[in-house]
Amino acid sequence: MIRLALRRTFLALPTIVAAATLVFLLVHVVPGDPVDVMLGESAASVDREALRHALALDRPLAAQYVRFLGGLATGDLGRSLVSDRPVARLVAERLPATLELAFGALAVALAIALPLGVAAAARPGTWLDRGAVGFSLLGAAMPSFSLGPLLIIAFAIELRILPVSGRGDLAHLVLPACTLGLGMAAILTRMTRASLLDCIGEDYVRTARAKGLGRVTVLARHALANALAPVVTILGLQFGALLAGTVITETIFAWPGVGRLTIEAIQARDYPVLQGCILAIAAGFVIASTLADIVNAVLDPRTRPASRTR
Amino acid sequence: MKRGAGRIRAAAALLAALACVALAAPWLAPDDPARQDLGATLAPPSHAHPLGQDTLGRDLLARVLHGGRVSLVVGVATVTSSLLLGTAIGAVAGWSGGWLDELVMRLVDVLLAFPGLLLAIALTAVLGASLRNVLLALCLIGWTGYARLARGEVLRLRGREFVEAARALGASDRRILWRHLLPSLTAPLLVQATFGMAGAIVAEASLSFLGLGAQPPTASWGTMLNDGRAFLLIAPHLTIVPGVAIMVTVLALNFLGEGLRDRLDVRPPTDLWR
Repeated sequence: MIRLALRRTFLALPTIVAAATLVFLLVHVVPGDPVDVMLGESAASVDREALRHALALDRPLAAQYVRFLGGLATGDLGRSLVSDRPVARLVAERLPATLELAFGALAVALAIALPLGVAAAARPGTWLDRGAVGFSLLGAAMPSFSLGPLLIIAFAIELRILPVSGRGDLAHLVLPACTLGLGMAAILTRMTRASLLDCIGEDYVRTARAKGLGRVTVLARHALANALAPVVTILGLQFGALLAGTVITETIFAWPGVGRLTIEAIQARDYPVLQGCILAIAAGFVIASTLADIVNAVLDPRTRPASRTR
Repeated sequence: MKRGAGRIRAAAALLAALACVALAAPWLAPDDPARQDLGATLAPPSHAHPLGQDTLGRDLLARVLHGGRVSLVVGVATVTSSLLLGTAIGAVAGWSGGWLDELVMRLVDVLLAFPGLLLAIALTAVLGASLRNVLLALCLIGWTGYARLARGEVLRLRGREFVEAARALGASDRRILWRHLLPSLTAPLLVQATFGMAGAIVAEASLSFLGLGAQPPTASWGTMLNDGRAFLLIAPHLTIVPGVAIMVTVLALNFLGEGLRDRLDVRPPTDLWR
């Protein structure tokens, strides 16, 4: 188990380096001079040169790349052009808020998807099943930037039971987490239901049923563990999308996380900070899918390396 | 009636209607979508302005109709160009194999190692905020899904008898790819393109919502939602109208995609945008 975890973690490293390379290329090779974008075309050439030097853009590309990777390995992501503070620290300050939001959303998604998926699979074709399918269709069609404001109108303005925006106690987390988590809940509900329905024909389900256990018990206790593997894989992939989605959700709810920092960096043309934010989110994506693989190995012994079997 | 035919027809009809309304926006709209009327800001629905007016007194119905044009153009243009580009790259990579295939697939892997939306945000941030750059960013990311699909299918079919037969008859590589392999790609590509259209429309709206897409005074559903955000308390219709427009469009596209997928028996495509 530990060997698999180590191997999978090791395999994730090249992906992170590739992602970092892409971010580097994005800022350095994309047509158009970042200095022009930052200062405007009418800036004095002295200022341009100064900024170019500050960003080390006057050095050869390969040298810049080596410097960038070296910095990355030591946790140095450069300094903000606006505040001159280290980018790594800026991102680290915002990370807890984003993680709080992302895990809140994950909790919302699981709390809706697992019971609803099990219930739908237990009674296929009934109104409950149709309701679950309808929910997953609607949830997948509702982008967060239209869902979020609608939730604010309903729960913060009309019913006045939850705060409009900002970060604070648990009540502040409810609307952003629902906004971010509902789309994922829709996908997971659908996946749980489909995966369980695939299991229903298996022998062990028939055995459990023959023992006299109820449908829901059989599904929740026996089939769910087996049906969970594709759900966990999707969960890992979707968690990365969830992290990217924080950019929008944090904007809607004035949530002080990495997503908000990304937009602030774009507006201030603070390229080092933008680069750091994108790297942080991309790394989160890679970590999530790696974790999903490891969890899958725990759930399903068949995916473990053969050397462990005796 | 065949399986799912009703669903496909209903969704296709709704989409055709939406596209017609979007195309006819200049004639259907009660007013110029950019004409301001600062004496009537946030005015509620009236006879002259059936959905009311926005923060600058612009007609909301006109804006949501013209916003539909932006979505339509972005959706069609992104899907068409990524489909053509991706299919060509993927088919050639799968057919020729070797280092070219390896190179292309590594590139696809790296691009897919990012959540699509994040990459689109980064690209538009670097290229500069405009609708044209949104299109460019969406195509630069969007081709990967089609390339993967086309490559997989070409690899699967490459050794089949009908390909051997065509080759034995003296057909060139190009002819085999075009006349024998591409036709069998139509079904999965069609399904992927339908979901891709929904994805592109949501992505454009997301980027415009963040201020990285359509610039004022262009009406886009994303910018309209962003404009309405500050006035949720006093003018919720500014948010509800474009929100519902996006939802209906995406729902119809998803319905169509699922109907086609069941009907044509295609595996679920990779969803790049969520």
